[in-house]
Amino acid sequence: MMKVSEYGKIKKKIKVVLSYTGLSILSIIWVFPIFWVVLASFREERGSYTSYFFPKGYTTNNYVRLLTENTQFYFMKWFSNTFLVAVCSCLISTVFVLSVSFVMSRLRFKMRKPMMNIAMILGMFPGFMSMIAVYYILKGIGISQSLLALILVYSGGSGAGFFVAKGFFDTIPKGIEEAAFLEGATKLQVFTKIVLPLSKPIAVYTVLTSFLAPWMDYIFSSVIMGDNYNNYTVALGLAKMLEREFITEYFTQFAAGCVLVSIPISILFICLQRYYVEGIASGASKG
Amino acid sequence: MGKIGQAVRKHFSLYPQALLHGDIFTRLAFIIFGAGNLFRGQIVKGLVFLLLEIGFIFYMVTLGVEAVRGFITLGTVEQGWVFDEKKGIEVMAAGDNSMLLLLYGIISLIIIVCFVVIWRMNIRSAYDTQKMVEKGQKIPQLRDEIGILMDKKAHITLLLLPVMGIFIFTVLPLIYMILVAFTNYDSTHQPPGKLFDWVGFQNFTTLLRSDSPLGASFWPILGWTLIWAVVATVTCFLAGIILALWINSKIVKGKKFWRTMFVFSVAVPQFVSLLVMKTMLQPEGALNVLLRNTGVIEGSLPFLTNATWARVTVIVINLWLGAPYTMLISTGILMNIPTELYEAAQIDGANAATIFRKITLPYIMFVMTPSLITQFIGNVNNFNVIFLLTGGGPSTLEYYQAGKTDLLVTWLYKLTTGSKDYSYASVIGILVFIISAVISLLTYRQTPSYNNEEGFQ
Repeated sequence: MMKVSEYGKIKKKIKVVLSYTGLSILSIIWVFPIFWVVLASFREERGSYTSYFFPKGYTTNNYVRLLTENTQFYFMKWFSNTFLVAVCSCLISTVFVLSVSFVMSRLRFKMRKPMMNIAMILGMFPGFMSMIAVYYILKGIGISQSLLALILVYSGGSGAGFFVAKGFFDTIPKGIEEAAFLEGATKLQVFTKIVLPLSKPIAVYTVLTSFLAPWMDYIFSSVIMGDNYNNYTVALGLAKMLEREFITEYFTQFAAGCVLVSIPISILFICLQRYYVEGIASGASKG
Repeated sequence: MGKIGQAVRKHFSLYPQALLHGDIFTRLAFIIFGAGNLFRGQIVKGLVFLLLEIGFIFYMVTLGVEAVRGFITLGTVEQGWVFDEKKGIEVMAAGDNSMLLLLYGIISLIIIVCFVVIWRMNIRSAYDTQKMVEKGQKIPQLRDEIGILMDKKAHITLLLLPVMGIFIFTVLPLIYMILVAFTNYDSTHQPPGKLFDWVGFQNFTTLLRSDSPLGASFWPILGWTLIWAVVATVTCFLAGIILALWINSKIVKGKKFWRTMFVFSVAVPQFVSLLVMKTMLQPEGALNVLLRNTGVIEGSLPFLTNATWARVTVIVINLWLGAPYTMLISTGILMNIPTELYEAAQIDGANAATIFRKITLPYIMFVMTPSLITQFIGNVNNFNVIFLLTGGGPSTLEYYQAGKTDLLVTWLYKLTTGSKDYSYASVIGILVFIISAVISLLTYRQTPSYNNEEGFQ
């Protein structure tokens, strides 16, 4: 009896140790590139490559120059552009996605299945196959190369991407709303007063993904903005710094820019991360 | 099929019924929109119908007819030098712009379709109101109609704007590009200087025949695209779920800390991490330097410069980017699994493996399959990873305008922005669509979340 439990204890200990070493090694792999770019942003020596890993001298000059110099790159302007576009497009997209997914998950009407199939079909075309046509439509309306155009491009068609949110709504038990219907609530009220508060995790997920899109996108903004340097987003601007004629001179500033962009986004992401994880649905069905 | 036939018959039986049994106002509505509503007291609704009709007629007279004609011909007058008698010299005269003619043509066709739909709505509404009057029912006024839109027809209210957005920014441009695939809008037919015209399926045959330079590039690129999509999706999915289960297991403390470590790679904007990776993986980049200095390798490894190396590299880096996503999502799902299920299983004496196989995995699959399919399609279309990391390279002369790691979509991009072969780019887009559609419809229809939406309620 004694022996068996001791054997079990050792086995458990080995498991714990293995778990932690494995996780540590993986974490290091995952964090390594980020660590490297932070180092590069404080590097005193210019150039994109150094033949050693840790910099010889450290300085904050890269940040100062990035934020104050306006001769070649307007980082501050690009940053505020991206922020504005991200806020507007994430508001629009969230409203669109949540209403469409509620409708598809909860309401029953004749066109429901056809519409879901159409949305699936649309999602299967390469996203930027129609980019050139979008560009000409925007030009026709007279807003090409503007921030408004970019907002519309990011959020306009977002309603078709409702599948993840719908999957979430499908797992919310129906009992709660049925009680509300019995008390005379309209369907719209059920959506705003009951289903929305319950769907906080998926709402946050939608807000996050659509807020992050403008920070990460390179391709749409490059086609929409073309050579309008003033309306560039950070992604476009930073990618420009890596072009052959700039890279040696500006690489450390590029790294500084990357760090500056990543800090607010990472903080936001990590703070809100629990919403991914928190399951409200299971709690609600019990209470 | 019978079901569809029935629906079609039901759909069209409205008109003869409304004509036969309709009173003067209902019949009038066939020509004058909103007549059936206006004369029966639904002023606002009737006026809206009427205004729509007037607007349509005005559009057709001023622009519509011309636009439809332009759609058919795609322009007849080429830009060129014309003798100006007043000035006595030759001047450049603007010709037709095929590209704009095509766009306006599509818009006018869509407006015509909308008009037919509104016509039908107007007749239905007129006939319904007539029946209500005959039965002595109260005719719904504007306020009642709005009430219906809040409740019984809430789907219309909620869908109106999103659907309009999808229409303008997704459907319309897509129709345009699909039609371009059937024209010769390539590098030698660029408006406004040159006209382009309808050519039928010619572009498709050029691209699919392996003896043309385009075909010789198409098949190998297609092969690599499929390999990439399958491997990238499966590795990210498995790694993500393993990570989630690992961190979620009882023996691991500080779950939040571990999750955060991995989430860094998601939190940092993708273009940043990809551009950084790209510089790190250069022959003289940080990783090679590190490996050389620690004596692991002698010479630099050709991460992005050798075709096979580059292909493996992009898959590994995609894993680095993608696995935490799956980890986060499946962590959320794991916490959502009703604890009753586990309690019941434990009472029945199921062991950990059985619980995983019978409860955890089916539940994850139930919620994740649609997103898994989306991820697969996303990977077929994964532009960022390839474009920012390798730019499609290492480049090769075997392919037309493409490199060894180019996916169909990055090739499409190069064809549109580089050589301006829009017609071939559109054909590639359509083929990518067909591939994704066939694969995902086949798999999606097998999933529990499609067949049984209420399965886990």
